[in-house]
Amino acid sequence: MKQPESAASRPRDVYFFATCVVDQFFPGAGMDAITLLEREGIRVHFPEEQTCCGQPAYTSGFPDEARKVAAHQLTLFPNDWPVVVPSGSCAGMMKHHYPTLFAADPVRKAQAEALSARIYELTDFLVNVLNFQPEDKGSDCTVVLHTSCSARREMGVHLTGRKLLGGLGKVTVAQQDHESECCGFGGTFSVKQPEISGAMVEDKVKALKATGAERVVSADCGCLMNILGHAAWKDKQAGLTKPSLPGEHIASFLLRRTSK
Amino acid sequence: MSARDRILAKLNAAPVLPKAAPEIADWYAAHRSAETTAEKSARFRGCIEFAHAEVYAVSNASWPQKLWEVLSAKQLEKLLVAPGTTHGQRAIDVLSESGIACRGYEQKIEDWKEEMFHDIPASLTIARSAIAETGTLVLWPDAHEPRLMSLVPPVHIVLLDASNIHNTFYEAMTAEGWADGLPTNALLISGPSKTADIQVTLAYGAHGPKELIVLLIGDEA
Amino acid sequence: MSEHAMNFMPSEGFRARAKDVVENPFLRQSFRGAMDFLINKRITQFPNADELETLRTLGEQIRQYNLGKLPSLLVQLEESLTRNGIKVHWAETPDEANAIILGICQKHSAKLMVKGKSMVSEEIELNHACAAVGIEAMESDMGEYIVQLAGEKPSHIIMPAIHKTKEEIARLFHEKVEGVDYTDNVDELIQIGRKVLREKFLVADIGLSGVNFAVAETGTLCLVENEGNGRLSTTAPPVHIAITGIEKIVEKLDHVPPLLSLLTRSATGQNISTYFNMISGPRKADEKDGPTEVHLVLLDNGRTQAYADEQLRKTLQCIRCGACMNHCPVYTRIGGHAYGTTYPGPIGKIISPHMLGLEATATMATASSLCGACGEVCPVKIPIPDLLMRLREESFSAPHANPAMVGQGAGYSGLMTSVWKGWAAVYRSPALYGMVTWLGSRFSWLMPSKQGPWTSVRVPLKPAPKRLRDMLKERQ
Repeated sequence: MKQPESAASRPRDVYFFATCVVDQFFPGAGMDAITLLEREGIRVHFPEEQTCCGQPAYTSGFPDEARKVAAHQLTLFPNDWPVVVPSGSCAGMMKHHYPTLFAADPVRKAQAEALSARIYELTDFLVNVLNFQPEDKGSDCTVVLHTSCSARREMGVHLTGRKLLGGLGKVTVAQQDHESECCGFGGTFSVKQPEISGAMVEDKVKALKATGAERVVSADCGCLMNILGHAAWKDKQAGLTKPSLPGEHIASFLLRRTSK
Repeated sequence: MSARDRILAKLNAAPVLPKAAPEIADWYAAHRSAETTAEKSARFRGCIEFAHAEVYAVSNASWPQKLWEVLSAKQLEKLLVAPGTTHGQRAIDVLSESGIACRGYEQKIEDWKEEMFHDIPASLTIARSAIAETGTLVLWPDAHEPRLMSLVPPVHIVLLDASNIHNTFYEAMTAEGWADGLPTNALLISGPSKTADIQVTLAYGAHGPKELIVLLIGDEA
Repeated sequence: MSEHAMNFMPSEGFRARAKDVVENPFLRQSFRGAMDFLINKRITQFPNADELETLRTLGEQIRQYNLGKLPSLLVQLEESLTRNGIKVHWAETPDEANAIILGICQKHSAKLMVKGKSMVSEEIELNHACAAVGIEAMESDMGEYIVQLAGEKPSHIIMPAIHKTKEEIARLFHEKVEGVDYTDNVDELIQIGRKVLREKFLVADIGLSGVNFAVAETGTLCLVENEGNGRLSTTAPPVHIAITGIEKIVEKLDHVPPLLSLLTRSATGQNISTYFNMISGPRKADEKDGPTEVHLVLLDNGRTQAYADEQLRKTLQCIRCGACMNHCPVYTRIGGHAYGTTYPGPIGKIISPHMLGLEATATMATASSLCGACGEVCPVKIPIPDLLMRLREESFSAPHANPAMVGQGAGYSGLMTSVWKGWAAVYRSPALYGMVTWLGSRFSWLMPSKQGPWTSVRVPLKPAPKRLRDMLKERQ
């Protein structure tokens, strides 16, 4: 049963930082996340000028370029509202790496630290701030959850996705082999070391399919791009027209299950 | 400039980043509670048996008898002992009447290395103390009971007084004041020699003793 | 194991060697099985998350404290060891270390050296140096012995022969050890090794070992092992030579128990190793055994370079447990040999550049998805992913004066730098971002069906027809 939260601990407004991947490749997931938040009675603000957290350059060894892009995002969230990010790795970048990135610039470092404290990964925000527990309106189904490495190890929010799915009465969450292992995406790693990345995603897709779950859900679109991209490639090789491993962002799944 | 001076010069040119001394005593105090002798004895035994050692509860009076039983059961006809020690002497006294030969470690190893490696099936040494949480024997070999006794013979038998069991390695070294002076060789032994180097399959008797037998001297037995 | 031979430029053949393993289902399965085994063994040793976390913090503090005092501790260690009768030598390079060791061997007219497990001796390629002057250097750790018989190198720092099956080892023993019939019974194989090596311990002139911890206050060299070969190597021959990197030092004896506990539990999931051997001097006049001479060689080989930089210094916290490789999804896929360096896996990626230069090793820093599994299990909390990012930066940035590392800028490419500069120009500007992504969404059908390495195992990426910002606008 839903527990009423006191108005004080429940923010009226949040910023939504969509991430460049969601904006360009998974806009539906972004819309669904925003709808979910709004349905909880929250005003969602989408700063038009947002682009990317800067992580691609940062992890590739180009911190100067990352800093330029990150510096732009620093200015986008003037009010003291939470910033909700539908991706563990981008949230991790903003929460944990921005202060380091601006270590040599006292003004921006202070901004980065202030912003860092307001960054929430979406599932963490739903569970730990909103106590999100709506009724499951779907029929029986089994899904498998993939949690990104950043969500798991950097943000420490690997339990929240599971908790959200666990709150859906008719959803069974299957347990895949080597659950905590990386899917092999790793940004530019996937193109710099395609053989190793390919082996990792191959094993990940096999493990997810072996559960027999009807779909994979994840709170990170980078992982989904990799996992679903490989699953579709395999299907194409095998001449399948129907996806053998469909998947979507956890926000889309949650919204569908809890809407009439 | 010597290699030493060059290395030290490079290190000394590096930024000085002093760090606070680690609070080791505090960690052990917070995470390892004190235990009674009986508790420590039971934990020691459980751990070292898990590591494939054999443990027999004995008394100070009865251990020579148990020693004989163990050697007889394993059909070991010769035992390497340290004649300069009380326990070594007691073993010699008891076993000499029972057909088990006692070989004393009396010469420098160079004078009998072949025999040590090829003709000594078992040895008896004493443990200075032990560690409960890891099932570990502490040996300080000395002039009377040298290092190789606990290493080369395929069967190693160890006498341990249960009242000398510490909770942790940290407790053993601090309570016994090791930092004030260590022997040329101090040893922690926690089971018979083993390896998992072939396909992570555990095998005993890699290079050291194949069997480790502890005669645990306590009140009962 | 591979036609892509190892060479002095580990970076060069890396992708090809990795591909060989990735495409070999049998090797893939055997590495996966072995790593799963070690991962599960470790888990059983840390049932209490709080104990693990506070102990890791303590381990990190101990290592950082001692590194903070490294120069004075080395001097203190030298004094204590000298007082105890152990002769201390210093070597800046592998060549210097080999020359010192061979000098001691030649003084004793040594013909046979038995070796306990020592990764530093692998690092300096001591076996080659011995062979060149006619000294037989015999590995005695079972895994190292197997690898040496096969003419290979260790593929894991704790489990050197983890890439080999018992059947392969059975054939190897049958072919290479005189009078041995084929058996793939592991106990029998180990007893064959024991028998061969016991005869070597009996007659060896020199015993060589590594060091896990060198204690400055007492002048003690500590060795961790299970087999007893380390003890035999350091006790049976008349001369013992230990070799270690300069970073393996602790000031106080009581720094040892927490590190030992972290080491064995993280490495092989044992609460303690079978043997912990603490050597504080050669045989005394009244003692009947033990070596009459003990030497310690302190090796730099690039460690001072890591030490000079606050962030890179953390590399030296390592206690060589190998947990990072056991948990690494990349190591699990490609095994140790693909790296081409003495130290494979995550620790190899961050320590090797200091030993071999970035030019020879930079590619390896890119071979990580930065998943963080290594940093998560590291018993002394080395921030391995951060260090990998730093190495990427050192490699790809334009060469500049006073670099922190030899080979800085080795991976610099004008084109790649321009791509990232262009990327930053777009993503720092909402207007440019808006235009580029709008074009992307409208003309996604123009996206090529082949997108370089991405599409080797995935379908091409295609921007959605409408961006999130477009959908939000339409909604209003």
